[in-house]
Amino acid sequence: MRLLAETPGEARVLAGGQSLMPMLNLRLAHPDLLIDINPADQRPPSLSPGQDGGAVLRLPALTRHRVLAEHDLVRRGCPLLAEAVRHVGNVRVRNRGTIGGSLAHADPTSEIGCCALATGARVVARGPDGDRTVPAAGLFAGYWATTLAESEIITDVLIPAARPGQGWSFHEMARRTSDFAIVAVAVVLDLAERNGAIAAANIALAGVADRVVLADPALVDSDPDETAARIAETLDPPGDVHASGAYRRRLARVLTARALREASARAAL
Amino acid sequence: MNRRQITLTVNSRDHEVWIAPSDTLLDVLHDGLGLADVRYGCGEGVCGTCTVLLDGEPASGCLTLAVQAAGRQVTTLRGLVGPGGELHPLQECFLRRGAAQCGFCTPGMVLTALDLVRRSVSQGQASPTRDEIRYALVGNLCRCTGYTKILDAVEEYAGRAAEAAPGEARP
Repeated sequence: MRLLAETPGEARVLAGGQSLMPMLNLRLAHPDLLIDINPADQRPPSLSPGQDGGAVLRLPALTRHRVLAEHDLVRRGCPLLAEAVRHVGNVRVRNRGTIGGSLAHADPTSEIGCCALATGARVVARGPDGDRTVPAAGLFAGYWATTLAESEIITDVLIPAARPGQGWSFHEMARRTSDFAIVAVAVVLDLAERNGAIAAANIALAGVADRVVLADPALVDSDPDETAARIAETLDPPGDVHASGAYRRRLARVLTARALREASARAAL
Repeated sequence: MNRRQITLTVNSRDHEVWIAPSDTLLDVLHDGLGLADVRYGCGEGVCGTCTVLLDGEPASGCLTLAVQAAGRQVTTLRGLVGPGGELHPLQECFLRRGAAQCGFCTPGMVLTALDLVRRSVSQGQASPTRDEIRYALVGNLCRCTGYTKILDAVEEYAGRAAEAAPGEARP
């Protein structure tokens, strides 16, 4: 923390190094100082009672993707995340890459960022003045940019644990397994008790803007296709060498509808 | 650059090496220690030719700083070869199945596949399916074989390892 605050020029925090190291190798980043935080924290994931009667899954920032995919607490407390990280990179990336590093890197195609939005996660940011909690919805500021101060680092990610009856789904389109997502969608939803229709849903999308985005809850309809069409209409995805903007918008609609159906089916079980 | 001396444990042998803080593990293993079985491919962690096992887990040598490997067990492909030069059973499978052509990707393929099989054996799972092998090897690119023979080789080895009791399977 002291190094981060006192280094004149640019200091970068090195977590798993699966994004920052390629950036260094490609000379996309050239910090004056690299601070390796890997030895700093070996805490495992934990589950504790939350304020609203539910439970909260606490994931230390250095939790590796492989642990997210395999740890029993994560699989039970946030099955969405455990499933989504299977789409992140390759075996080596998942062995080293961390949840805190991924969120701080703020890639607009991030599966983990998408899940953080859909689950209503919060991150604990530690700075020279102590800790503060930032909701995921207020964390992302643009392409590879967050609202964190330069002297702040993420220490924990807090995720409201999945409740019985809640549905979830993750869908991603990429040209090849392990590639960056062209579009990814994460859904967490509740069904209405009286008729089993979708009552409320958090729908987060990656690959459709300069950051991962959470769809406006007011757009959620009981009909998955209607919801998906409404959300797609609000998007204006950038086109690039991987896919055009129009294709991304269409993918967003198709994948959202698919994810809503799957999440509804899971919730009804 | 303020060079410093660290001890790297590679294939169960300690090496005192002078490194710069910015040296990657790949730099030190390949250029410093002359280990030609750790190879520069893409420099982005995508191709898998610089794969090493770091405390038994596959990691990209190009995305790991050498200082980060100090105090940990680094295994490269030649760490699997027996003292008399005997090939590892998985290497034998690669040979028998014709799973290497130019051989550039082979060390990374073997180490990654070995990790997959070790894990499923230690977790008492059935032999990994072809799809599971494919998923595990997605980060190891091969431009020669078309992958089919690599999958055949790993499948054969996995089948044998699953048959043997976990204690008997050579790690």
